[in-house]
Amino acid sequence: MNPAAYGEQARRAWAIARKDIRVYYLKGPVLIFGIFMPVFLFLAFFLGGRDLPLAFLLSGLVGMTLFFTATAVSPAIFPWEGQARTLERLAASPVTIEAIVLGDMIASVLFGIGVTAVTILIAIGLGLPLLHGIVLGVSIPIAACCFSAIGMLLAVPPTNVPSNIMMLSTLLKFPLVFISGIFVPLEQMPAWGLMLAVCSPLTYFTDVVRYAFSGAHHFPVMVDIAALALFALVFTAAAMRLHRRSMPRRM
Amino acid sequence: MPNVIEVENLTKTFGAVTAVDRVSFHVRRGEIFGFLGPNGAGKTTTTRMLTGVVPMDGGSVRIFGHDILKEPVQAKQRFGVVPETSNAYVELTAWQNLMLMGDLYGLDRTRAERRSRDLLETLGLYGRRDQKVQGYSKGMKQRLILAMALIHEPELLFLDEPTSGLDVQSTQMILVLLRDLNTDGTTIFLTTHNMEEANRLCDRIGIIRAGKIVAIDAPERLKTAIDRLHRLEVSFDRPVSADALAGLDGVVKADRTGDKWRIVTEDPDLAIRSLVAFSADCGAAILTLNTLAPSLDEAFLRLTGEERP
Repeated sequence: MNPAAYGEQARRAWAIARKDIRVYYLKGPVLIFGIFMPVFLFLAFFLGGRDLPLAFLLSGLVGMTLFFTATAVSPAIFPWEGQARTLERLAASPVTIEAIVLGDMIASVLFGIGVTAVTILIAIGLGLPLLHGIVLGVSIPIAACCFSAIGMLLAVPPTNVPSNIMMLSTLLKFPLVFISGIFVPLEQMPAWGLMLAVCSPLTYFTDVVRYAFSGAHHFPVMVDIAALALFALVFTAAAMRLHRRSMPRRM
Repeated sequence: MPNVIEVENLTKTFGAVTAVDRVSFHVRRGEIFGFLGPNGAGKTTTTRMLTGVVPMDGGSVRIFGHDILKEPVQAKQRFGVVPETSNAYVELTAWQNLMLMGDLYGLDRTRAERRSRDLLETLGLYGRRDQKVQGYSKGMKQRLILAMALIHEPELLFLDEPTSGLDVQSTQMILVLLRDLNTDGTTIFLTTHNMEEANRLCDRIGIIRAGKIVAIDAPERLKTAIDRLHRLEVSFDRPVSADALAGLDGVVKADRTGDKWRIVTEDPDLAIRSLVAFSADCGAAILTLNTLAPSLDEAFLRLTGEERP
Protein backbone atom coordinates (compact mmCIF):
# COMPACT_ATOMS: atom_id res chain seq x y z
CA MET A 1 0.00 0.00 0.00
CA ASN A 2 1.33 3.40 -0.97
CA PRO A 3 -0.32 5.76 1.54
CA ALA A 4 0.37 8.78 -0.68
CA ALA A 5 -1.39 7.30 -3.74
CA TYR A 6 -4.44 9.25 -4.94
CA GLY A 7 -6.80 6.33 -4.35
CA GLU A 8 -5.61 5.83 -0.80
CA GLN A 9 -5.84 9.56 -0.05
CA ALA A 10 -9.37 9.64 -1.52
CA ARG A 11 -10.33 6.78 0.81
CA ARG A 12 -8.99 8.74 3.78
CA ALA A 13 -10.82 11.88 2.57
CA TRP A 14 -14.03 9.84 2.66
CA ALA A 15 -13.26 8.91 6.29
CA ILE A 16 -12.87 12.62 7.08
CA ALA A 17 -16.19 13.32 5.35
CA ARG A 18 -17.96 10.66 7.46
CA LYS A 19 -16.43 12.17 10.58
CA ASP A 20 -17.59 15.65 9.55
CA ILE A 21 -21.13 14.43 8.95
CA ARG A 22 -21.24 12.76 12.37
CA VAL A 23 -19.59 15.59 14.27
CA TYR A 24 -20.80 18.74 12.51
CA TYR A 25 -23.77 18.09 10.21
CA LEU A 26 -26.10 15.70 11.99
CA LYS A 27 -26.99 18.34 14.55
CA GLY A 28 -30.46 19.77 15.07
CA PRO A 29 -29.43 23.43 14.76
CA VAL A 30 -27.45 22.77 11.58
CA LEU A 31 -30.30 20.92 9.91
CA ILE A 32 -32.77 23.58 10.99
CA PHE A 33 -30.51 26.33 9.65
CA GLY A 34 -30.00 24.50 6.36
CA ILE A 35 -33.72 24.08 5.75
CA PHE A 36 -35.31 27.10 7.36
CA MET A 37 -32.93 29.82 6.27
CA PRO A 38 -33.84 29.59 2.55
CA VAL A 39 -37.52 29.06 3.38
CA PHE A 40 -37.65 32.25 5.42
CA LEU A 41 -35.87 34.20 2.70
CA PHE A 42 -38.30 32.83 0.14
CA LEU A 43 -41.30 33.71 2.31
CA ALA A 44 -39.96 37.21 2.82
CA PHE A 45 -40.08 37.78 -0.93
CA PHE A 46 -43.18 35.69 -1.66
CA LEU A 47 -45.28 37.45 0.95
CA GLY A 48 -43.67 40.79 0.30
CA GLY A 49 -46.02 41.60 -2.56
CA ARG A 50 -43.57 40.92 -5.36
CA ASP A 51 -45.38 40.08 -8.56
CA LEU A 52 -43.30 37.05 -9.44
CA PRO A 53 -44.59 33.62 -10.47
CA LEU A 54 -44.36 30.73 -8.01
CA ALA A 55 -42.20 28.72 -10.46
CA PHE A 56 -39.64 31.52 -10.49
CA LEU A 57 -39.53 31.81 -6.72
CA LEU A 58 -39.42 28.06 -6.09
CA SER A 59 -36.53 27.70 -8.54
CA GLY A 60 -34.75 30.44 -6.63
CA LEU A 61 -35.54 28.62 -3.38
CA VAL A 62 -33.88 25.44 -4.66
CA GLY A 63 -30.84 27.45 -5.72
CA MET A 64 -30.63 29.19 -2.37
CA THR A 65 -31.07 25.95 -0.48
CA LEU A 66 -28.13 24.29 -2.17
CA PHE A 67 -26.01 27.41 -1.84
CA PHE A 68 -26.76 27.98 1.83
CA THR A 69 -26.51 24.36 2.90
CA ALA A 70 -23.31 23.62 0.97
CA THR A 71 -21.68 26.68 2.53
CA ALA A 72 -23.37 26.52 5.94
CA VAL A 73 -20.87 24.49 7.95
CA SER A 74 -17.77 23.93 5.83
CA PRO A 75 -16.22 27.38 6.44
CA ALA A 76 -16.24 26.80 10.20
CA ILE A 77 -14.80 23.28 10.30
CA PHE A 78 -11.14 24.31 10.07
CA PRO A 79 -11.51 26.96 12.82
CA TRP A 80 -13.47 24.53 15.03
CA GLU A 81 -10.89 21.83 14.58
CA GLY A 82 -8.06 24.27 15.14
CA GLN A 83 -9.68 25.38 18.38
CA ALA A 84 -10.29 21.80 19.57
CA ARG A 85 -6.77 20.73 18.50
CA THR A 86 -8.25 17.94 16.42
CA LEU A 87 -6.73 19.60 13.35
CA GLU A 88 -3.32 18.82 14.83
CA ARG A 89 -4.33 15.17 14.95
CA LEU A 90 -5.25 15.26 11.26
CA ALA A 91 -2.03 17.14 10.46
CA ALA A 92 0.05 14.46 12.21
CA SER A 93 -1.72 11.62 10.43
CA PRO A 94 -0.75 10.34 6.96
CA VAL A 95 -3.31 12.48 5.16
CA THR A 96 -2.48 15.32 2.79
CA ILE A 97 -3.99 18.77 3.25
CA GLU A 98 -5.72 18.24 -0.10
CA ALA A 99 -7.40 15.13 1.30
CA ILE A 100 -8.56 17.03 4.40
CA VAL A 101 -10.06 19.75 2.19
CA LEU A 102 -11.61 17.13 -0.07
CA GLY A 103 -13.11 15.32 2.93
CA ASP A 104 -14.67 18.54 4.23
CA MET A 105 -16.00 19.24 0.73
CA ILE A 106 -17.54 15.79 0.35
CA ALA A 107 -19.46 16.19 3.61
CA SER A 108 -20.65 19.61 2.56
CA VAL A 109 -21.70 18.32 -0.89
CA LEU A 110 -23.70 15.44 0.60
CA PHE A 111 -25.40 17.71 3.12
CA GLY A 112 -26.23 20.23 0.42
CA ILE A 113 -27.63 17.59 -1.93
CA GLY A 114 -29.66 15.95 0.85
CA VAL A 115 -31.36 19.15 2.00
CA THR A 116 -31.87 20.33 -1.58
CA ALA A 117 -33.60 17.05 -2.42
CA VAL A 118 -36.12 17.83 0.34
CA THR A 119 -36.66 21.30 -1.10
CA ILE A 120 -37.21 19.86 -4.58
CA LEU A 121 -39.79 17.46 -3.18
CA ILE A 122 -41.55 20.41 -1.52
CA ALA A 123 -41.49 22.32 -4.83
CA ILE A 124 -42.97 19.32 -6.64
CA GLY A 125 -45.50 18.97 -3.81
CA LEU A 126 -46.56 22.58 -4.38
CA GLY A 127 -47.43 21.62 -7.94
CA LEU A 128 -44.30 22.66 -9.76
CA PRO A 129 -43.64 20.22 -12.64
CA LEU A 130 -40.10 18.85 -13.01
CA LEU A 131 -39.59 19.09 -16.77
CA HIS A 132 -35.88 18.28 -17.06
CA GLY A 133 -34.97 15.98 -14.19
CA ILE A 134 -31.76 14.66 -15.75
CA VAL A 135 -30.38 18.17 -16.29
CA LEU A 136 -31.20 18.99 -12.69
CA GLY A 137 -29.69 15.70 -11.50
CA VAL A 138 -26.43 16.46 -13.31
CA SER A 139 -26.19 20.09 -12.30
CA ILE A 140 -26.94 19.67 -8.58
CA PRO A 141 -23.75 17.66 -7.71
CA ILE A 142 -21.61 20.00 -9.83
CA ALA A 143 -23.12 23.06 -8.18
CA ALA A 144 -22.79 21.43 -4.75
CA CYS A 145 -19.06 20.90 -5.42
CA CYS A 146 -18.75 24.50 -6.53
CA PHE A 147 -20.55 25.91 -3.47
CA SER A 148 -18.72 23.69 -1.01
CA ALA A 149 -15.44 24.85 -2.58
CA ILE A 150 -16.61 28.42 -1.90
CA GLY A 151 -17.17 27.32 1.70
CA MET A 152 -13.62 25.97 1.86
CA LEU A 153 -12.26 29.20 0.39
CA LEU A 154 -14.04 31.13 3.14
CA ALA A 155 -12.24 28.91 5.66
CA VAL A 156 -8.77 29.86 4.36
CA PRO A 157 -7.99 32.77 6.75
CA PRO A 158 -5.96 31.07 9.49
CA THR A 159 -8.13 31.98 12.43
CA ASN A 160 -9.32 29.47 14.99
CA VAL A 161 -12.27 31.66 15.97
CA PRO A 162 -15.32 30.30 14.08
CA SER A 163 -17.36 33.49 14.55
CA ASN A 164 -14.79 35.47 12.53
CA ILE A 165 -15.21 33.10 9.61
CA MET A 166 -19.00 32.99 9.91
CA MET A 167 -19.10 36.78 9.76
CA LEU A 168 -16.97 36.78 6.61
CA SER A 169 -19.12 34.03 5.19
CA THR A 170 -22.34 36.00 5.75
CA LEU A 171 -20.78 39.09 4.22
CA LEU A 172 -20.09 37.20 1.02
CA LYS A 173 -23.12 34.93 0.79
CA PHE A 174 -25.95 37.44 1.10
CA PRO A 175 -24.78 39.85 -1.61
CA LEU A 176 -24.20 36.85 -3.86
CA VAL A 177 -27.84 35.79 -3.44
CA PHE A 178 -29.05 39.22 -4.50
CA ILE A 179 -26.95 39.40 -7.68
CA SER A 180 -27.67 35.87 -8.88
CA GLY A 181 -31.11 36.20 -10.40
CA ILE A 182 -32.92 34.60 -7.49
CA PHE A 183 -35.24 37.46 -6.58
CA VAL A 184 -34.79 39.59 -9.67
CA PRO A 185 -34.90 37.79 -13.06
CA LEU A 186 -31.72 38.27 -15.08
CA GLU A 187 -33.81 39.75 -17.88
CA GLN A 188 -34.92 42.59 -15.58
CA MET A 189 -31.46 43.38 -14.29
CA PRO A 190 -29.62 46.53 -15.34
CA ALA A 191 -26.44 46.05 -17.36
CA TRP A 192 -24.18 46.49 -14.33
CA GLY A 193 -26.27 43.95 -12.42
CA LEU A 194 -25.93 41.45 -15.23
CA MET A 195 -22.19 41.98 -15.27
CA LEU A 196 -22.07 41.09 -11.60
CA ALA A 197 -24.45 38.17 -12.12
CA VAL A 198 -22.24 36.42 -14.67
CA CYS A 199 -19.42 36.42 -12.09
CA SER A 200 -21.56 34.47 -9.60
CA PRO A 201 -21.75 30.67 -9.91
CA LEU A 202 -25.13 30.81 -8.18
CA THR A 203 -26.51 32.60 -11.27
CA TYR A 204 -25.83 29.57 -13.46
CA PHE A 205 -27.30 27.12 -11.00
CA THR A 206 -30.44 29.21 -10.54
CA ASP A 207 -30.74 29.46 -14.32
CA VAL A 208 -30.46 25.71 -14.77
CA VAL A 209 -32.97 25.00 -11.97
CA ARG A 210 -35.40 27.43 -13.62
CA TYR A 211 -34.93 25.56 -16.89
CA ALA A 212 -35.54 22.22 -15.15
CA PHE A 213 -38.83 23.41 -13.63
CA SER A 214 -40.21 25.84 -16.20
CA GLY A 215 -38.23 25.39 -19.40
CA ALA A 216 -37.21 29.09 -19.29
CA HIS A 217 -33.56 30.05 -19.08
CA HIS A 218 -31.25 32.98 -19.72
CA PHE A 219 -28.07 31.13 -20.73
CA PRO A 220 -27.88 27.92 -22.78
CA VAL A 221 -28.06 24.96 -20.37
CA MET A 222 -24.65 23.62 -21.45
CA VAL A 223 -23.14 27.03 -20.69
CA ASP A 224 -24.71 26.92 -17.21
CA ILE A 225 -23.32 23.46 -16.51
CA ALA A 226 -19.90 24.22 -18.01
CA ALA A 227 -19.65 27.45 -16.02
CA LEU A 228 -20.53 25.61 -12.80
CA ALA A 229 -17.96 22.91 -13.54
CA LEU A 230 -15.30 25.52 -14.30
CA PHE A 231 -16.05 27.45 -11.12
CA ALA A 232 -15.98 24.17 -9.17
CA LEU A 233 -12.57 23.21 -10.53
CA VAL A 234 -11.01 26.64 -10.05
CA PHE A 235 -12.42 27.11 -6.54
CA THR A 236 -11.42 23.60 -5.46
CA ALA A 237 -7.87 23.99 -6.74
CA ALA A 238 -7.62 27.43 -5.13
CA ALA A 239 -8.99 26.15 -1.80
CA MET A 240 -6.49 23.29 -1.70
CA ARG A 241 -3.58 25.54 -2.61
CA LEU A 242 -4.51 28.27 -0.15
CA HIS A 243 -5.16 25.83 2.70
CA ARG A 244 -1.74 24.28 2.13
CA ARG A 245 -0.32 27.76 2.66
CA SER A 246 -2.45 28.76 5.67
CA MET A 247 -2.47 25.43 7.52
CA PRO A 248 0.86 25.88 9.36
CA ARG A 249 -0.34 29.24 10.70
CA ARG A 250 -3.29 27.54 12.40
CA MET A 251 -1.04 25.25 14.46
CA MET B 1 21.56 -0.05 15.14
CA PRO B 2 20.07 2.11 12.32
CA ASN B 3 18.67 5.53 13.07
CA VAL B 4 14.92 5.97 13.05
CA ILE B 5 14.98 9.75 13.44
CA GLU B 6 17.73 11.89 11.96
CA VAL B 7 17.61 15.60 12.70
CA GLU B 8 20.13 17.99 11.13
CA ASN B 9 20.36 21.69 11.98
CA LEU B 10 16.65 21.94 12.69
CA THR B 11 15.63 25.58 13.03
CA LYS B 12 12.37 27.38 13.73
CA THR B 13 11.83 31.06 14.25
CA PHE B 14 8.76 32.97 15.37
CA GLY B 15 9.36 36.57 14.34
CA ALA B 16 12.59 37.66 15.97
CA VAL B 17 12.64 34.71 18.36
CA THR B 18 14.58 31.58 17.41
CA ALA B 19 12.61 28.85 19.14
CA VAL B 20 14.75 26.00 17.84
CA ASP B 21 18.30 26.80 16.88
CA ARG B 22 20.17 24.38 14.58
CA VAL B 23 19.31 21.31 16.61
CA SER B 24 20.87 18.02 15.50
CA PHE B 25 20.46 14.55 16.98
CA HIS B 26 19.40 11.06 16.05
CA VAL B 27 17.27 8.38 17.64
CA ARG B 28 18.23 4.75 17.18
CA ARG B 29 15.83 1.98 16.38
CA GLY B 30 14.40 0.33 19.49
CA GLU B 31 15.46 2.93 22.03
CA ILE B 32 13.42 5.17 24.30
CA PHE B 33 14.72 8.67 23.75
CA GLY B 34 13.77 11.25 26.36
CA PHE B 35 13.57 14.89 25.30
CA LEU B 36 13.83 17.19 28.29
CA GLY B 37 13.97 20.91 28.75
CA PRO B 38 12.48 23.73 30.80
CA ASN B 39 9.25 25.42 29.73
CA GLY B 40 9.72 27.38 26.50
CA ALA B 41 12.98 25.62 25.65
CA GLY B 42 11.65 24.41 22.30
CA LYS B 43 10.61 20.82 23.11
CA THR B 44 7.07 20.95 21.76
CA THR B 45 8.09 23.01 18.72
CA THR B 46 10.78 20.45 17.93
CA THR B 47 8.34 17.57 18.35
CA ARG B 48 5.77 19.29 16.11
CA MET B 49 8.40 19.72 13.40
CA LEU B 50 9.47 16.09 13.74
CA THR B 51 5.86 14.97 13.33
CA GLY B 52 5.25 17.25 10.35
CA VAL B 53 2.63 19.37 12.10
CA VAL B 54 4.54 22.62 11.59
CA PRO B 55 7.14 23.25 8.90
CA MET B 56 10.73 23.98 9.79
CA ASP B 57 12.53 27.14 8.72
CA GLY B 58 15.83 25.36 8.25
CA GLY B 59 17.52 22.00 8.50
CA SER B 60 16.08 18.57 7.83
CA VAL B 61 14.21 15.76 9.53
CA ARG B 62 14.24 12.21 8.25
CA ILE B 63 11.96 9.58 9.73
CA PHE B 64 12.83 6.04 8.63
CA GLY B 65 14.74 7.72 5.81
CA HIS B 66 11.73 9.74 4.62
CA ASP B 67 12.18 13.49 4.54
CA ILE B 68 9.28 14.90 6.57
CA LEU B 69 8.85 17.80 4.14
CA LYS B 70 9.18 15.86 0.88
CA GLU B 71 7.52 12.58 1.85
CA PRO B 72 5.30 13.50 4.80
CA VAL B 73 2.65 10.85 4.20
CA GLN B 74 5.16 7.98 4.00
CA ALA B 75 6.87 9.21 7.17
CA LYS B 76 3.63 9.76 9.11
CA GLN B 77 2.32 6.34 8.13
CA ARG B 78 5.06 4.79 10.27
CA PHE B 79 4.65 6.72 13.50
CA GLY B 80 1.96 7.51 16.02
CA VAL B 81 1.61 10.73 18.00
CA VAL B 82 0.33 11.34 21.51
CA PRO B 83 0.17 15.14 21.89
CA GLU B 84 0.30 17.02 25.17
CA THR B 85 -3.37 18.02 24.95
CA SER B 86 -5.97 15.35 24.36
CA ASN B 87 -7.32 15.81 20.86
CA ALA B 88 -9.80 13.04 20.36
CA TYR B 89 -13.14 14.07 18.85
CA VAL B 90 -15.24 14.57 21.98
CA GLU B 91 -18.51 14.31 20.02
CA LEU B 92 -17.59 10.79 18.95
CA THR B 93 -17.37 7.67 21.06
CA ALA B 94 -14.02 6.04 21.81
CA TRP B 95 -14.86 3.32 19.30
CA GLN B 96 -15.74 5.84 16.57
CA ASN B 97 -12.50 7.74 17.23
CA LEU B 98 -10.52 4.54 16.83
CA MET B 99 -12.35 3.57 13.65
CA LEU B 100 -11.62 7.03 12.25
CA MET B 101 -7.93 6.62 13.04
CA GLY B 102 -7.99 3.16 11.47
CA ASP B 103 -9.38 4.71 8.28
CA LEU B 104 -6.85 7.56 8.32
CA TYR B 105 -4.02 5.04 8.55
CA GLY B 106 -5.49 2.86 5.82
CA LEU B 107 -6.38 -0.15 7.99
CA ASP B 108 -9.06 -2.53 6.79
CA ARG B 109 -12.11 -2.70 9.03
CA THR B 110 -11.35 -6.18 10.48
CA ARG B 111 -7.86 -5.19 11.58
CA ALA B 112 -9.05 -1.82 12.91
CA GLU B 113 -11.73 -3.53 15.01
CA ARG B 114 -9.34 -6.16 16.35
CA ARG B 115 -6.72 -3.56 17.26
CA SER B 116 -9.32 -1.29 18.83
CA ARG B 117 -10.72 -4.08 20.97
CA ASP B 118 -7.24 -5.15 22.12
CA LEU B 119 -6.09 -1.61 22.89
CA LEU B 120 -9.27 -0.62 24.72
CA GLU B 121 -9.08 -3.78 26.83
CA THR B 122 -5.39 -3.19 27.61
CA LEU B 123 -6.08 0.41 28.59
CA GLY B 124 -9.21 -0.36 30.60
CA LEU B 125 -11.64 1.48 28.32
CA TYR B 126 -13.44 -1.35 26.55
CA GLY B 127 -16.49 -1.11 28.82
CA ARG B 128 -16.84 2.60 27.96
CA ARG B 129 -16.17 2.23 24.24
CA ASP B 130 -19.62 3.44 23.16
CA GLN B 131 -19.62 6.50 25.42
CA LYS B 132 -18.91 9.90 23.90
CA VAL B 133 -15.42 11.11 24.79
CA GLN B 134 -16.77 14.36 26.25
CA GLY B 135 -17.84 12.31 29.30
CA TYR B 136 -14.35 10.90 29.86
CA SER B 137 -11.98 11.93 32.64
CA LYS B 138 -8.58 13.38 31.74
CA GLY B 139 -6.90 10.05 32.38
CA MET B 140 -9.39 8.20 30.19
CA LYS B 141 -8.92 10.73 27.38
CA GLN B 142 -5.16 10.36 27.61
CA ARG B 143 -5.43 6.57 27.48
CA LEU B 144 -7.74 6.88 24.49
CA ILE B 145 -5.35 9.09 22.51
CA LEU B 146 -2.59 6.60 23.28
CA ALA B 147 -4.82 3.89 21.82
CA MET B 148 -5.52 6.12 18.80
CA ALA B 149 -1.77 6.60 18.27
CA LEU B 150 -1.20 2.84 18.43
CA ILE B 151 -4.05 1.66 16.21
CA HIS B 152 -1.78 1.04 13.22
CA GLU B 153 0.99 -0.63 15.27
CA PRO B 154 3.54 2.12 14.56
CA GLU B 155 7.26 1.42 14.68
CA LEU B 156 7.84 4.83 16.25
CA LEU B 157 5.78 6.61 18.86
CA PHE B 158 6.02 10.31 19.75
CA LEU B 159 4.69 11.23 23.17
CA ASP B 160 4.49 14.76 24.54
CA GLU B 161 4.06 14.77 28.32
CA PRO B 162 1.90 11.62 28.22
CA THR B 163 1.37 11.37 31.98
CA SER B 164 1.16 15.07 32.83
CA GLY B 165 -1.56 15.68 35.40
CA LEU B 166 -2.80 12.09 35.39
CA ASP B 167 -3.84 9.94 38.34
CA VAL B 168 -1.51 7.18 39.52
CA GLN B 169 -3.59 4.42 37.90
CA SER B 170 -3.54 6.01 34.42
CA THR B 171 0.15 6.91 34.77
CA GLN B 172 1.12 3.36 35.69
CA MET B 173 -1.03 1.88 32.94
CA ILE B 174 0.61 4.13 30.34
CA LEU B 175 4.16 3.54 31.60
CA VAL B 176 3.70 -0.24 31.66
CA LEU B 177 2.32 -0.13 28.12
CA LEU B 178 5.25 1.99 26.93
CA ARG B 179 7.73 -0.46 28.40
CA ASP B 180 5.93 -3.39 26.80
CA LEU B 181 5.82 -1.61 23.44
CA ASN B 182 9.52 -0.87 23.64
CA THR B 183 10.27 -4.47 24.55
CA ASP B 184 8.38 -5.47 21.42
CA GLY B 185 10.59 -3.18 19.33
CA THR B 186 8.74 0.15 19.19
CA THR B 187 11.04 3.17 19.24
CA ILE B 188 9.78 5.86 21.60
CA PHE B 189 10.43 9.59 21.52
CA LEU B 190 9.28 10.90 24.88
CA THR B 191 9.02 14.57 25.75
CA THR B 192 8.61 14.98 29.48
CA HIS B 193 9.13 17.18 32.50
CA ASN B 194 9.08 14.19 34.77
CA MET B 195 12.70 13.34 35.65
CA GLU B 196 11.77 10.18 37.47
CA GLU B 197 9.84 8.98 34.44
CA ALA B 198 12.74 9.83 32.12
CA ASN B 199 15.23 8.22 34.47
CA ARG B 200 13.25 4.98 34.67
CA LEU B 201 12.24 4.70 31.03
CA CYS B 202 14.84 6.26 28.77
CA ASP B 203 17.90 4.72 27.18
CA ARG B 204 19.17 8.16 26.21
CA ILE B 205 18.14 11.68 27.04
CA GLY B 206 18.52 14.87 25.05
CA ILE B 207 18.33 18.12 26.98
CA ILE B 208 17.33 21.30 25.18
CA ARG B 209 17.78 24.80 26.55
CA ALA B 210 16.80 28.02 24.79
CA GLY B 211 16.36 26.15 21.53
CA LYS B 212 19.76 24.44 21.60
CA ILE B 213 20.70 20.90 22.57
CA VAL B 214 23.00 21.07 25.60
CA ALA B 215 23.49 17.36 26.25
CA ILE B 216 22.60 13.96 24.85
CA ASP B 217 23.57 10.82 26.71
CA ALA B 218 22.35 7.91 28.81
CA PRO B 219 20.74 9.07 32.08
CA GLU B 220 23.47 7.59 34.27
CA ARG B 221 26.21 9.15 32.19
CA LEU B 222 24.45 12.51 32.25
CA LYS B 223 24.29 12.36 36.02
CA THR B 224 27.95 11.54 36.43
CA ALA B 225 29.16 13.84 33.67
CA ILE B 226 28.06 17.03 35.34
CA ASP B 227 30.59 16.70 38.18
CA ARG B 228 34.31 16.14 37.73
CA LEU B 229 34.45 14.86 41.31
CA HIS B 230 32.22 11.99 42.43
CA ARG B 231 31.30 10.78 45.86
CA LEU B 232 31.25 7.33 47.41
CA GLU B 233 29.99 6.30 50.80
CA VAL B 234 31.57 3.30 52.51
CA SER B 235 31.37 1.71 55.95
CA PHE B 236 33.55 -0.99 57.53
CA ASP B 237 32.97 -3.42 60.37
CA ARG B 238 35.82 -1.89 62.37
CA PRO B 239 37.54 1.49 62.65
CA VAL B 240 39.99 2.43 59.89
CA SER B 241 42.34 5.40 59.67
CA ALA B 242 41.47 8.48 57.66
CA ASP B 243 45.03 8.78 56.42
CA ALA B 244 45.01 5.22 55.12
CA LEU B 245 41.81 5.87 53.16
CA ALA B 246 42.96 9.24 51.86
CA GLY B 247 46.17 7.64 50.58
CA LEU B 248 44.42 5.04 48.43
CA ASP B 249 44.68 5.23 44.65
CA GLY B 250 41.81 7.24 43.15
CA VAL B 251 40.79 8.77 46.48
CA VAL B 252 41.03 12.57 46.65
CA LYS B 253 39.58 13.02 50.08
CA ALA B 254 38.03 10.90 52.86
CA ASP B 255 35.73 12.42 55.51
CA ARG B 256 34.09 10.58 58.35
CA THR B 257 30.33 11.10 58.72
CA GLY B 258 28.92 9.09 61.62
CA ASP B 259 29.84 5.43 61.14
CA LYS B 260 30.50 5.93 57.40
CA TRP B 261 33.22 7.45 55.27
CA ARG B 262 32.44 9.94 52.53
CA ILE B 263 35.04 9.48 49.77
CA VAL B 264 35.65 12.09 47.08
CA THR B 265 37.16 10.75 43.84
CA GLU B 266 37.79 11.68 40.25
CA ASP B 267 37.62 8.04 39.20
CA PRO B 268 34.91 6.06 40.99
CA ASP B 269 35.96 2.78 39.36
CA LEU B 270 39.57 3.06 40.58
CA ALA B 271 38.47 4.23 44.04
CA ILE B 272 36.11 1.28 44.49
CA ARG B 273 38.83 -1.18 43.45
CA SER B 274 41.24 0.46 45.94
CA LEU B 275 38.66 0.30 48.74
CA VAL B 276 38.00 -3.39 48.10
CA ALA B 277 41.74 -4.11 48.06
CA PHE B 278 42.19 -2.04 51.24
CA SER B 279 39.41 -4.02 52.89
CA ALA B 280 41.11 -7.29 52.09
CA ASP B 281 44.57 -6.05 53.14
CA CYS B 282 43.61 -4.72 56.56
CA GLY B 283 40.88 -7.25 57.30
CA ALA B 284 38.13 -4.63 57.62
CA ALA B 285 35.04 -6.01 55.94
CA ILE B 286 32.95 -3.60 53.88
CA LEU B 287 29.45 -3.30 55.32
CA THR B 288 28.01 -0.84 52.78
CA LEU B 289 29.35 0.79 49.64
CA ASN B 290 27.29 3.34 47.71
CA THR B 291 28.05 5.63 44.80
CA LEU B 292 26.45 9.03 45.40
CA ALA B 293 25.81 10.19 41.86
CA PRO B 294 23.84 13.38 41.32
CA SER B 295 20.16 12.82 40.57
CA LEU B 296 18.82 13.42 37.08
CA ASP B 297 17.05 16.49 38.48
CA GLU B 298 20.42 17.88 39.56
CA ALA B 299 21.93 17.09 36.18
CA PHE B 300 18.98 18.71 34.42
CA LEU B 301 19.12 21.85 36.54
CA ARG B 302 22.88 22.12 36.06
CA LEU B 303 22.70 21.58 32.30
CA THR B 304 19.80 23.93 31.74
CA GLY B 305 21.32 26.62 33.93
CA GLU B 306 18.30 26.69 36.22
CA GLU B 307 20.13 25.57 39.34
CA ARG B 308 19.34 27.67 42.38
CA PRO B 309 22.23 29.90 43.47
